[in-house]
Amino acid sequence: MSTVLKVENLHVYYGSIHAIKGVSFEVGEGEIVTLIGANGAGKSTTLNTVGGLLKPREGSIEFEGRSILGVAPHKVVNEGMALCPEGRRVFAQLSVKENLEMGAYTRPASEIPETLEMVYEHFPRLKERQSQMAGTLSGGEQQMLAMGRALMSKPKLMMLDEPSMGLAPILVDQIFEIIEALNKAGTTILLVEQNAQMALSIADRAYVLETGRIVNTGTGKDLLNDDSVKKAYLGG
Amino acid sequence: MLANLINGISLGSIYAIIALGYTMVYGIAKMLNFAHGDVIMVGGYVSFCSMMYLGFPAPLAVLLAMIVCTTLGITIERLAYKPLRSATSLAVLITAIGMSYFLQNAALIIWGANPKAFPNMFKNIEAIEFAGARISPVALVAIVANVIIMVALTLFTSRTKVGKAMRAVSEDKGAATLMGINVNFTISLTFAIGSGLAAIAGVLLCTAYPTLMPTTGSMPGIKAFTAAVFGGIGSIPGAMIGGILLGVIEIFARAYISSELADAIVFGVLIVVLIFRPTGLLGKQIHEKV
Repeated sequence: MSTVLKVENLHVYYGSIHAIKGVSFEVGEGEIVTLIGANGAGKSTTLNTVGGLLKPREGSIEFEGRSILGVAPHKVVNEGMALCPEGRRVFAQLSVKENLEMGAYTRPASEIPETLEMVYEHFPRLKERQSQMAGTLSGGEQQMLAMGRALMSKPKLMMLDEPSMGLAPILVDQIFEIIEALNKAGTTILLVEQNAQMALSIADRAYVLETGRIVNTGTGKDLLNDDSVKKAYLGG
Repeated sequence: MLANLINGISLGSIYAIIALGYTMVYGIAKMLNFAHGDVIMVGGYVSFCSMMYLGFPAPLAVLLAMIVCTTLGITIERLAYKPLRSATSLAVLITAIGMSYFLQNAALIIWGANPKAFPNMFKNIEAIEFAGARISPVALVAIVANVIIMVALTLFTSRTKVGKAMRAVSEDKGAATLMGINVNFTISLTFAIGSGLAAIAGVLLCTAYPTLMPTTGSMPGIKAFTAAVFGGIGSIPGAMIGGILLGVIEIFARAYISSELADAIVFGVLIVVLIFRPTGLLGKQIHEKV
C-alpha cells in the first residue's frame, strides 16, 4: 500500500495561539482514515491546513511524495485532493448544478458531463434538484451537495470535515454509507468527525487528537474497544 | 413631461453604469470603494486630453479612457486594498476615502483647478424628435449603453464559468478557493470591469454636463452609490433599477419642485426606502436553511 498523504510534525498557529502542536499522520491509498477528538482538539485546523486554507508554521505535508507547502491555496485541488469543509459551505445563491460545476472548476469543460453523471449516480437527489438554489436544500441535501461538489474534481483523496454535523440519525447513516461506497469506488478518504462511534466503525485506521496533539492511534476496531477512547468519546 | 422622463432615464442610466462598479466590488470584495467616483473623473480627463490634445476620434478616446481606468482600478486594488484584505472594514473604508482624495488632488496637480469644457462628441448628430420631446443624442446613447451593459453583465455572471466563479467568490471566498478558484484574480477582474464601466460613465457624464473638474466624479459617485444601496447593494439588476429611479426622481424634483432641493429629495427618498426595506429594493433576502 503506497502512502497518499504524509503529514509530519505539523505546527499551526492562529495569531499567537498554538493550535496544532506537532501532528504527524499518514493516509495510505484506498484507506479510510479518521481523525477523532473533542471540540477544539484541532481536527478542522489540521484538515484546513492540508487543504491549503491555512499555512503551517512548521512541518511538512506531502501528497503522493510531493510537498504541497509551496502550492498556492487555489491550486491544491489540482494535486488531486478535495476538501469538503465543515458546515458544508455550499454556494447558497448558485443552483445545485452550478455548485457542482464549481467543483470541477479546474477541469476541462469536456470532461464535466461525465463526472456530473457519476456524482448524480451517487446522489440521485441532487439530480432531481439540479436547478434549485442550493440555499433552499435541506441540511442533508446540502451535505450531499458539498460531497458531490468535492467529488467533481475527481480527487484521489477526499477530505471530509464533520459530514454528520447537524443531521438526523437516519441521514447520518445514509451519509456514511455513501462515504463507504465512494471508498469502494477507489477514493481514499480522510474523515474528521465528532461522531466517533460512526467514524471508527467505517475507518481502517484512526488517530485521536487532543488539544493539538495525537494521543492515540490504531485500527478503527481497536480504538472502538479501547478503554480510554470509550470513556472519552463513546459515552463510557 | 415625456422629455423630463427621458432625461431622467438617461441620467439614471449613467448612475446605473457607475452603480454597477460599486455594487460588483461590494459583492465580491465586501468593501465600499469610495474612490470609484474619482475613476470616472480620470476617465473624463483621459478622453478629454486624447480628443483635444492628441486629436483622437471620439471612439478611440473612449477606448483609451477605458484602458487607463481599468489599469488604474486594478492598480488601486493591488496597492491600496489588497494589503488590507484581512483588516477591519473600517480600515478599508478609510483607505478608500483616502484614495478618493489622492485621485482628486493628483488630478488637481496634473490638470489644474480650472474647469475644462468637454467637447460635444455628438455635435454632428441632430437631436431626435419623439412625440414632441427632443431627445439629445447623448441621452439616447446613455440609455442604449446601459441596456447593453446590463444584458452583457447578466449573461456573463449567469452563463460563463468565470462569471459563475465570481458569484461563488462573492458568497464564500474560502469555499471558492477549495474549488480551485483564484480569489485574487477574481477580485482584480471585478475592479477591472467596474473601472472600465466608470470610464464609459465618465465620458457620458462629461458629454451630458460638459464641465470637467477634479471634483467632477464625487457627486455622481455618491449618487450612484446611493442608487446601488437603493436597488440593493450587491445586486446587478438592483443597480440598474436604483440608478434609473434615482435619475428620474432627480430630474422630476428639479423640474417640478426645486432645483436647489433636488439632491436633498434624492437622498431623502433613499432614507425612506431604507427605513422600510433595509436591504434595498432588490437586496438579498437571506433564505438559507441551516
